[in-house]
Amino acid sequence: MNRLGIVMLVHTALHRAEQVARHWTASGCPVVIHVDQKITNQVYSKFVSACSDDPLIRFSDRHVCEWGGWGIVAATQTAAALMLETFPDVRHVYLSSGSCLPLRPVQELIEYLSDRPRVDFIESATTADVSWTIGGLDQERFTLQFPFSWRNHRKLFDTYVKLQRALRIRRRIPEGLTPHMGSQWWCLTRQTLSAILQDPKRKTYDRYFRRVWIPDESYFQTLTRLYSTHIESRSLTLSKFDFQGRPHIFYDDHLQLLRRSDCFVARKIWPQADRLYQSFLTDQASAMKPAEPNPGKIDRIFSKAVERRTRGRDGLYMQSRFPRHGSENGLTSFPYSVFQGFTELFEDFEPWLADATGARVHGHLFAPDRAEFAGGDTIINGVLSDCATLRDYNPTAFVSNLIWNTRGQRQCFQFGPADTQDINWFLARDKNARLSVITGAWAIPLFRSNMNFADIRIEAARLQRIETKQLDILTSVWTKAQVRTWSLAEFIESPMEPLQSMIEEIGFNHQSHLTEAPKMVELSGFGQFLQNLKNQGMHPYLMGDFPPDDVFGAQIKPFRKPYLVQ
Amino acid sequence: MRLRRKRRLMRCLRKRRELLSIADNTANIQRQDILLISVIRNEKIRLPYFLEYYRRLGVNHFLFVDNDSDDDTLDYLAHQPDVSVWLAKTSYKRAGFGLDWSNYLLRKYAHGHWALTVDPDEFFIYPFCDTRPIRALTDWLNGCGVRSFGTMLIDMYPRGTVDAEPYDEGRDPFEIASWFDAGNYMITKNPEYRNLWIQGGPRARVFFPENPSRAPALNKISLVKWDRRYAYVSSTHSLLPRGLNQVYDEWGGEKTSGALLHAKLIDILGDKAQEELARGQHYGKSNEYRAYAEKLGHNPVFWCDQSEKYINWRQLEILGLMSKGNWA
Repeated sequence: MNRLGIVMLVHTALHRAEQVARHWTASGCPVVIHVDQKITNQVYSKFVSACSDDPLIRFSDRHVCEWGGWGIVAATQTAAALMLETFPDVRHVYLSSGSCLPLRPVQELIEYLSDRPRVDFIESATTADVSWTIGGLDQERFTLQFPFSWRNHRKLFDTYVKLQRALRIRRRIPEGLTPHMGSQWWCLTRQTLSAILQDPKRKTYDRYFRRVWIPDESYFQTLTRLYSTHIESRSLTLSKFDFQGRPHIFYDDHLQLLRRSDCFVARKIWPQADRLYQSFLTDQASAMKPAEPNPGKIDRIFSKAVERRTRGRDGLYMQSRFPRHGSENGLTSFPYSVFQGFTELFEDFEPWLADATGARVHGHLFAPDRAEFAGGDTIINGVLSDCATLRDYNPTAFVSNLIWNTRGQRQCFQFGPADTQDINWFLARDKNARLSVITGAWAIPLFRSNMNFADIRIEAARLQRIETKQLDILTSVWTKAQVRTWSLAEFIESPMEPLQSMIEEIGFNHQSHLTEAPKMVELSGFGQFLQNLKNQGMHPYLMGDFPPDDVFGAQIKPFRKPYLVQ
Repeated sequence: MRLRRKRRLMRCLRKRRELLSIADNTANIQRQDILLISVIRNEKIRLPYFLEYYRRLGVNHFLFVDNDSDDDTLDYLAHQPDVSVWLAKTSYKRAGFGLDWSNYLLRKYAHGHWALTVDPDEFFIYPFCDTRPIRALTDWLNGCGVRSFGTMLIDMYPRGTVDAEPYDEGRDPFEIASWFDAGNYMITKNPEYRNLWIQGGPRARVFFPENPSRAPALNKISLVKWDRRYAYVSSTHSLLPRGLNQVYDEWGGEKTSGALLHAKLIDILGDKAQEELARGQHYGKSNEYRAYAEKLGHNPVFWCDQSEKYINWRQLEILGLMSKGNWA
């Protein structure tokens, strides 16, 4: 008869281990249990006597099992040897832990294995091929010594690794071995397993692996390669690991997921997941339909968890994600556009832009008195208020909140030197920001205003100073935003091209070309206005060169014709 | 920092004399039990639902300090089997706004336990709280070697005025106050204790628009695997040693975090604000309650058409108000 034997390594939740062991034996599978030496003798003997009524449950000699240490391998060896010796008709030995749970009827696993009588199921890959090692120790775990516990003496562990690296101490790998690694949970045939356990050189191998780091992931994985005739390099046990190499834990709410996993055995199960134990150990008939095991279905949910923990959601600031300067992966969650000087130059720029792109176009969000949300709203998505003091209390939070709250919808807003300027560095560093700046356009409202010229001159000097500072930031080496600047003179000379490319970049309706340009304000006399500023001793330079006569005043007319790009 | 921590611990030891044991069931506390610590005053109306809520999540034992209530809070608590309660007749303010008392209880009873320190109007939400008990979370945190769990206080408010619908004892307060602000929170890092300082929400928006710096802090580290050397320093916003305040990731990832739904802005608040103002026992010269009393006189409506209605923890996770982090 082709029997399956289970070796079970247990260190906590003994009642669950007993429950699972009885489930195995009920289908005729003998179980050898190894209980960690760290469990007190009293608890241990209680456990043994609780299981004593079942002749198929045996207990092997106990070892101290330390994570990453040799004890786990020693325990496995002892238990496996006992299994092979006590139950001579066992053909496959399945290594499991106390927190493993068989998902499919045991009979299916037995049949699956008897169809593949010579196959060893053990994940076994060379060190160069695995990506999941933690701490950067892949090849080195075979060439350095690890006498100190990683959990309890982390400093000693690290220092000793460094010391060996510095002194270039290397261990010799025993002849004939090629280090392989893989999941600790395997299912081997009697032939392979006994060959490993009865190898004449086992003493040498054991001595070597005793000082390898995490030998339970490499001892059998390496030695199987010497003897097995047919290795299938995968584990029959479904086990998912988080970014630090700890196994993910399954809870009651994973029931449906586990049902669909089609795997034979899963770990780790939370000991108090009553519903899981109830469903998979007692109502087996309804649990599963036969199918080839395919743990891939579960992959997605757990790889997502790893990504969330390591990268997180871009542009989110919260109680458990507050990246340091430079580690943000994008300061905001979604691209947005900032326009400077356009509302000054065009009469109806905002409605025109909204119309042409379908984006949400706000006014000056950083206006000194209030945030001018689109449509004159006082409160927008996420209950973000237009109150200027709240905004200026934390302007970066204001922008990141706005973009986060409206993610999926393109936001545009106006900016200018008359606005509060605290946000400049944030905008410059944000790769999601698209800034289009017409420098010197702030002079237009002054030009059209009814202020006294002396006041105009003071205001112009102030705005120019602010904008110069802002431009310094936007041209700094830390700027990650896409910034495009034109001087006012440059822009007026050919406004359609930049407008077209801005629209295209926002990305909506890009198949159609601009048919209507926004209406430019009347600028005749502007050159003279600038000249007057100069005559008063100010030096307006951000707007570029305007001739004091009004030649361009006549030039701006023809722009309202349809525009075609080849 | 070590000195500050020691001073905190000395203070709480000195203040223990103010605590008079009324019902002491602490002998029943098992080694693995999850504890809840709370300082309360005149909260009888809230307590039945509060106890029910946390019992359902799997809290094993409650430790209350009653600050001289004149309703039947004390009597009610003394008759609960899983509750131990102490009476403090002295000043709340002089006990570090109750902190010395809870620090003492934590030190005395919570060493080695996971302890949840909350106010009676705070309701703890964490990822998968509808399918997994608190113990699943604490077991998992143990496995990860994490000692403290970060949360944010989310102020919940009703659709209409605060006093429009009265609250009845035993009822789920979030049936009335089921709305919240989803995305107007402001965060800075406090370099002193390395905790985050979160402000915003409806209280900043309605009570403190002219002076946001005074808006209440919303960051809370309520769930801690306690050790007798630990001490809260400023409500549950921060604690010492400072490493415990590092409940957030600084390299772009998200740690697992939860939320505290705050059932403060319901019908009980008006009386409470008047009462607390008269006592002058609260933080910052009771500024917060002063603002409440003032604005509540005008009967404010926190609700607006952008308010979000609370559904479940998954909604909060999608909105970015909490995170599953690595827990799946």
